[in-house]
Amino acid sequence: MKSNLFPTKNPILRTPRMNLPPTGRGRVAHGFTRAAATSDHLELQVCEQCETVQYPARDACEKCLSPELTWLKQSPLGELLGVTTLHHSNHLYFQERLPWRIGIVRLDRGPTVIAFLTKNVSPPETISDEHRTRVQVLLRLDRGGQAIFVAHPIEELNIDLKEKLQMETGCSPLGRKILVTDGKTAAGQAVVKSLLDAGAETVWVGYSEPWKSSEVIHRLKALDRVELVPLDLTDARSVNALGSELGGKVDIVVSNAEVHRTEGISSRPGTDVARAEMEVNYFGLLRLAQAFGPAMKARSADGPGHAVAWVNLLSIFALSNYPSQGTFSASKAAAFSLAQCLRAEMLPHGIRVLNVFPGPIDDEWNQNVPPPKLSPSALASAIVRALTEGLEDLYPGDVAREWFARWSDNPKALERELVGGSL
Amino acid sequence: MRTNRASYEGVVLAAPFTVPYERYSIRNANWFAAQALRGLLSEAKLEKNQVDGICLSSFLLGPDTVVGLTQQMGLSPRWIDHIPTGGASGVMAVRRAARAVQCGDADIIACIGADTNHVESFREGLANFSAFARDATYPYGAGGPNSMFALMTDHYMRRYGATRSDFGQIAVSQRANAALNPNALLRKPMSLEEYLNARPIAEPIHLLDCVMPCAGAEGFLVLREERAKELSLPYVKLSAAIERHNAYADDPVMIRGGWLRDRDELYAQAGITPDQIDVIHTYDDYPVIVLMQFEGLGFCELGGAPKFVRENTFTHDGTVPHNTSGGQLSAGQAGAAGGFLGLNETIRQLLGTTGARQVKDAHWGLVSGFGIVNFDRCVCTGAVILESAR
Repeated sequence: MKSNLFPTKNPILRTPRMNLPPTGRGRVAHGFTRAAATSDHLELQVCEQCETVQYPARDACEKCLSPELTWLKQSPLGELLGVTTLHHSNHLYFQERLPWRIGIVRLDRGPTVIAFLTKNVSPPETISDEHRTRVQVLLRLDRGGQAIFVAHPIEELNIDLKEKLQMETGCSPLGRKILVTDGKTAAGQAVVKSLLDAGAETVWVGYSEPWKSSEVIHRLKALDRVELVPLDLTDARSVNALGSELGGKVDIVVSNAEVHRTEGISSRPGTDVARAEMEVNYFGLLRLAQAFGPAMKARSADGPGHAVAWVNLLSIFALSNYPSQGTFSASKAAAFSLAQCLRAEMLPHGIRVLNVFPGPIDDEWNQNVPPPKLSPSALASAIVRALTEGLEDLYPGDVAREWFARWSDNPKALERELVGGSL
Repeated sequence: MRTNRASYEGVVLAAPFTVPYERYSIRNANWFAAQALRGLLSEAKLEKNQVDGICLSSFLLGPDTVVGLTQQMGLSPRWIDHIPTGGASGVMAVRRAARAVQCGDADIIACIGADTNHVESFREGLANFSAFARDATYPYGAGGPNSMFALMTDHYMRRYGATRSDFGQIAVSQRANAALNPNALLRKPMSLEEYLNARPIAEPIHLLDCVMPCAGAEGFLVLREERAKELSLPYVKLSAAIERHNAYADDPVMIRGGWLRDRDELYAQAGITPDQIDVIHTYDDYPVIVLMQFEGLGFCELGGAPKFVRENTFTHDGTVPHNTSGGQLSAGQAGAAGGFLGLNETIRQLLGTTGARQVKDAHWGLVSGFGIVNFDRCVCTGAVILESAR
């Protein structure tokens, strides 16, 4: 199938290797990494004593030297004071993608920042009190997973998905070839639909137990740009066979297959169910990563249509065990840990690993869980949005966001609150 | 204005020495520092142990500092200083050494800026130039100082109406000066047209706005006037000196440096006005900074430099003799020695030893320093006024 968006690769040419953007950052500056992992909204350090907003990241307040600096969301608005187009760079990543436009922006909140500029933003010919260019500065992750600023025109609402900066910071499904590992679940079907709506070129949809014919599978089969592929994550041969076939073509893997039973420790004797959960949720991910990871890493700079992202459907229960779904929580905690390993191995190749931590999804396995539950379609559109913005951690829905806030604030409090059995 | 700064009276500078510049060298910075000291001793006809103070600036001396050099060069000084201020280090060396000899902490101090340049060393120095550069500028295209000065230049042009030709006027006249300096690396005559047609590096900065990194060293001696007389050393007098760091931090983008804050005191200490200066050496890592120095040092008002540049000529025989060595733009930027280039050239002009590029009747010289692009601007500024003793 030929892509409309990305030119077909010349098979004779050697595949370009990835050279990452600069990865050096001080520990304090990783406050931007934390913010950019979950949102493109600007955060800066603010002094708790005198409220001075700081930039670049500091160890003590520039004004009063207090060490009490808190990261807080800030207005992204500012004034563009100067621009340059770089035709030379001292770093290979930039050199291979010249030219680059950067600008100097005075934020309304005080500090001056250096930012990349989208193509539509320029200062006035003559800068004066009457002639100003207002911009908004968004926080993004670059190909190396490091936070950077990108300045957009203040009136710009729709991001041009094909612009270089967007391509280098986002992982939009537009024009991509994508594997969704399980098409039978409600979430899987919603994700396939959202990816197609977002312009995916091809979506390969895995289904296990092909002898079980189902209406769902028939519906997926009928969709344009969708191809069903046999995939049993509990079977290494099945995973490897698909990896051999698709590993060198796939741009985004969505690892969404999961086994979900609602058990604690004492409610069901034995380990069979827990083992089944681990077999898919943990070992399945491991098999998948081993089969697809190496080929994707090799294709991470393969022209504009390169391998770009890996999505893991985890659970907010990976952060703290939800006792009434205790073994499921444990399998997701294991998968979360493995996903961190996968990220560590993918980052040096410029491939984004997006970990998704939903609360209870409104599906057949959460029938006894009280609302609010996350609808599969809301989950799917949140994933597409997160890919487009190039996020790294997604907490979709109210329950997940609240859990994450409670956990970030005091994980011990959350642990105690969960003893009672409520969410 | 604070006026309680002690006078520099009785402090002199002597024996300017330059270790010839090379585009690249396989020697290390220690080699250039040692050859600078050797040259200074030979120039001044001194024994090594007569130098009892040493003030050093170098980017590439690591892992050593001046401490390591004392043992390497077999010195036993009673005063040392190592200054990390790059383009401002020459001016700062003078200031520190002057007080040391005034107070008798040292008798004769060698001030040296020395650096080498390997093929990879400039690039390697950029990623970790400073914590702020690592976190907040290098990740934005890794353009190095070119990119930050491009932003300042762009803003200056839009705000004050400067044109590329205004900057070209500086670069072209410095090249003409360099033709008369045998140590300058770039001596081929350059026209304004060639300047304007140079390839873009970081617009509006083009190739001929950029200095060429090189290896080399500059050094001079600081001592008391009576000591220079005893040694029969020709000298120039230190009349005034200022330095300032992180000035005007609230300016959203750099439009002025710390000179503006202290210049009244500078001229008051020397007892002269800017129009009495016969030869001026600015720190010229990019032409826009030269214009900011003309403004900051009182040759014109803030934003007035484009007009000033259009109304004057800057060769050694021009209306404003400026960077008569060719400056770093044409002589080369030998790392931290670039901060000493203007001092040595001014000392020579006031001693009357610059031959074909000699400024006629040069009596007062002004040298300005500017160093360290820590984040979005240069942080260190300074200036000295030197007076001929002839």
